[in-house]
Amino acid sequence: MASEQQLDAIKGAKVLMVGAGGIGCELLKTLALSGFQDIHIIDMDTIEVSNLNRQFLFRQSHVGQSKAKVARDAVLKFRPHISITAHHANIKSSEFNVDFFKQFDVILNGLDNLGARRHVNRIRLAAGVPLVESGTTGFLGQVAVHVKDITECYECYPKPAPKSYPVCTITNTPSKFVHCIVWAKDLLFAKLFGDKNQDNDLNVRSSDGASSSEHVDDIFERKNDEDTDCYGRRIYDHVFGYNIELALSNDETWKNRTRPKPIYSRDVLSDNQQNGNLDQSCSSGDLASVSAMATLGLKNPQDVWNLAENSNVFLEALKLFFSKREKEIGSLAFDKDDQLAVEFVTAAANIRAASFGIPMHSLFEAKGIAGNIVHAVATTNAVVAGLIVIEAIKLLNKDLENVRMTFCNEHPKRKMLLMPVEPFEPNKSCFVCSTTPLTLEVNASRTKFRDFIEKIVRAKLGMNLPIVMQGTSLLYEVGDDLDEDEIRNYEANLEKVLCKLPSPVIGGTLVTVEDFHQQLSCEINIKQREDFDEEKEPDGMVLIGWLQVPTDTENKTSAQNGESTSGTGTDQAAPLEIAEIGETEVNAVSKKRNFSELSNSSVSHPSCGNDTKCKNKEIAFCTLLLRMAYEMAFFAFLLELRRRAFVGVQLPVAASISSARNQISSLPRSDLSMESG
Amino acid sequence: MDGDALTEQETALYDRQIRVWGADAQRRLSKAHVLVGGMKGTVAEVCKNIVLAGVGSLTLVDDSPVTEEALNANFLITPDEKLFAGRSIAEVCCDSLKDFNPMVHVSVEKGDLSSLSTDFFEKFDVIIVSNSSLSTKKAINEKCRKLSKRIAFYSVDCRDSCGEIFVDLQDHSCTKKQVNETFECRLQYPSFAEAIAVPWKNLPKRVSKLFFAMRVIEKFEESEARSSGEISLADLPNVLKLRKELCEAQLFNESQIPDSLLERLLLGKLEFPPVCAIIGGILGQEVIKAISCKGEPIKNFFYFDAMDGKGVIEDISNPNSAS
Ligand SMILES: [Zn+2]
Repeated sequence: MASEQQLDAIKGAKVLMVGAGGIGCELLKTLALSGFQDIHIIDMDTIEVSNLNRQFLFRQSHVGQSKAKVARDAVLKFRPHISITAHHANIKSSEFNVDFFKQFDVILNGLDNLGARRHVNRIRLAAGVPLVESGTTGFLGQVAVHVKDITECYECYPKPAPKSYPVCTITNTPSKFVHCIVWAKDLLFAKLFGDKNQDNDLNVRSSDGASSSEHVDDIFERKNDEDTDCYGRRIYDHVFGYNIELALSNDETWKNRTRPKPIYSRDVLSDNQQNGNLDQSCSSGDLASVSAMATLGLKNPQDVWNLAENSNVFLEALKLFFSKREKEIGSLAFDKDDQLAVEFVTAAANIRAASFGIPMHSLFEAKGIAGNIVHAVATTNAVVAGLIVIEAIKLLNKDLENVRMTFCNEHPKRKMLLMPVEPFEPNKSCFVCSTTPLTLEVNASRTKFRDFIEKIVRAKLGMNLPIVMQGTSLLYEVGDDLDEDEIRNYEANLEKVLCKLPSPVIGGTLVTVEDFHQQLSCEINIKQREDFDEEKEPDGMVLIGWLQVPTDTENKTSAQNGESTSGTGTDQAAPLEIAEIGETEVNAVSKKRNFSELSNSSVSHPSCGNDTKCKNKEIAFCTLLLRMAYEMAFFAFLLELRRRAFVGVQLPVAASISSARNQISSLPRSDLSMESG
Repeated sequence: MDGDALTEQETALYDRQIRVWGADAQRRLSKAHVLVGGMKGTVAEVCKNIVLAGVGSLTLVDDSPVTEEALNANFLITPDEKLFAGRSIAEVCCDSLKDFNPMVHVSVEKGDLSSLSTDFFEKFDVIIVSNSSLSTKKAINEKCRKLSKRIAFYSVDCRDSCGEIFVDLQDHSCTKKQVNETFECRLQYPSFAEAIAVPWKNLPKRVSKLFFAMRVIEKFEESEARSSGEISLADLPNVLKLRKELCEAQLFNESQIPDSLLERLLLGKLEFPPVCAIIGGILGQEVIKAISCKGEPIKNFFYFDAMDGKGVIEDISNPNSAS
């Protein structure tokens, strides 16, 4: 039990919890039981059915309501006299600025995505408030403590980049089921139901110019009076039949690969075989319940459908979109909670998989891959929440000596299921928590300012409201209070190449980039470089000092999903990765999960082989990626351990258990941090 | 796998965890019957976890009345006397748990755990005992072992910021996955009585000090006929005396059981909620592993101490008598 002194610190503390999902529910309960009296909680999400198996403060009747508010009300039932303030809002919104953060003694993150974690990290650094960061994936979990100038910040060590696949793998040479899912979701689904004006690589084919572009544009368009059945079959035959035949005509591509088999609807289905009972089964009022599975009588989402079933689902789903949800066509984006969209994508991916000799998958599995669904169980969240509170209490007691980073292992490491390690020191050249400038290699006469803003400032530096200056000249800024002239000027700047900006950004100049909301400012030295490798440096720029995880698959690290709870819009993503630590050396043995394809391939920029027609552009299918667990504090952990091992510093965990215990038991009583009183 | 497919409702509710342990495991869970005795904070956590996970049924045994102390780490009890007056802890907790997952049948069995018959235990697949005396733990464990049906037995306790889990799965076969390979494994467990009878000097050097300290406290409570947790710092001299006796009998160095640790355990009548969450989470996971036969279970003790932050598995079984 906590000592008197600890209890006083707990009672007097004001804490901010970010995220009221899987970890958040457990954390709020444990904080309240532990005696915390003033808790703020931020979460923009609402409750879904699939949360109920672990977010135990929520009930079926709460589906659709604010997580933060329902969680508060549920905890007040067993601790009615404490103060819990719920904010149903995005953590990135401007109300949660540095001053807001300053009122708290400690910040506790139960978040699910990299963007929100980075954002919180910056604001709490500016506010000078310590942070306990956490994440879980299945049975794996991690809790880390971040104290300004004392321990690493969340961004001191690299976070892996989102995974992407070369466009040619997706359009021409899929070899894994995930490639088929990406094709079905980001190309076919987007092409048929999404914004027609968006770039879509479904037009990119390995065939030569013979396929005229007008032909391509027409094919996906439904003709005015075309029957939906005919339209569906026409699309089917085009994408699974004709396109495959075209691809086959390029012998070069198939020299070392298995040739795919074109599939035409007439070969799979007899005429008029497809006959969902559309009219009886769907009441037009409830669009969310429109389902091809329901009309076709397919019940179990765990079943793997055969080719005919997939073909029926494909045609039926397409028909249902046109008959029941026509208004949405042209503006649909894939959503894992959209049953009909998941059915369509599953069927399309399976038919394509069949064509390429890749095993087909159930809707349940396909949904997990397409929606990048997090594996989550209540028990790991409960354990992690307990660990967070233990660290929070140490922070409140200023017991910085004893704060720890803890890993929850699935398999014991040297008998340990819960493995504490000492926190790491700040990275002296971290662009977030130090002032070390970054360097950007760029061809200033060729690179547009827009690319600099999008690919560097937003994507790599993670700024939401950036201001860019060269010398005293303002080149770019975002905000509500700009006048029209300013907006026009900044827009015009975006289209210019760097050396043509009003205040030219060329080799030898220094650019300052700031985000007022995050109170983060960093300087970038510009270095002129003429040429870039299109494959390895697709941005046409290289940012030095910003650490990117190597894309080498030999690292055997696996990107994992993490437990969800959203403080921001991107749901379901997450952190972490767990290291296995040997007695004397670090083994980065991956913890592979059966969610395999997504999780075990590191990002790569594989060459497109002989297929010269392939553009090297990558499909940025961020939805699939974003949520992935690139956080991998583990990586940081691993690198640091290697560094320490290299310089001969003793690893904290390598110390024998008995000697550690002896040290602890020989401490004077007052140092026993969890002493009861 | 035998039995029916999961219903649509089950698949929707358990979606995220099926992605962790698979549909087979979920089906086995939904057919498992669990009995728990001793409803303190740690057990409340375990119950929450297994009800959320979707076990078939959960039966609670604890006739004691709701007191101020019972509220300490137990979020299943609303501190409103109107709601709990005249009812047992098990009854109050039962109402809360039913609410967590309408698909799980939660009920109360009146009476004292130690007086329940062997026949009664036969209805269950898992039995969890907490806040019980040494003799009760031994007796229930033995009753489980007498049955032809294999019952998973656990005992769990949190004192101060320390927690202990004991596991007896008798003869357990399971599959475990490591680095994309699936292995079959088979484990033989000693009973609680056998485990604590293993001579201390035969144990590996690095065994958690908590193992020994808990044995001293347990023995002390038994010798004084106290109920579990009914001790205080005033008992320290007698506890130290008992430690000396036990260590002499075991030819074991007393310094392996530090005074400071015993002091903490004596003081820790109230559970420390973060440790309840941690121990309850680990035990919840163990129950799921045992029922689903997926994943290598703990053999056969688990310790967590918030002071060093380590969560450690200890195998306390006599290599010679392993049957
Ligand atoms: Zn940093």
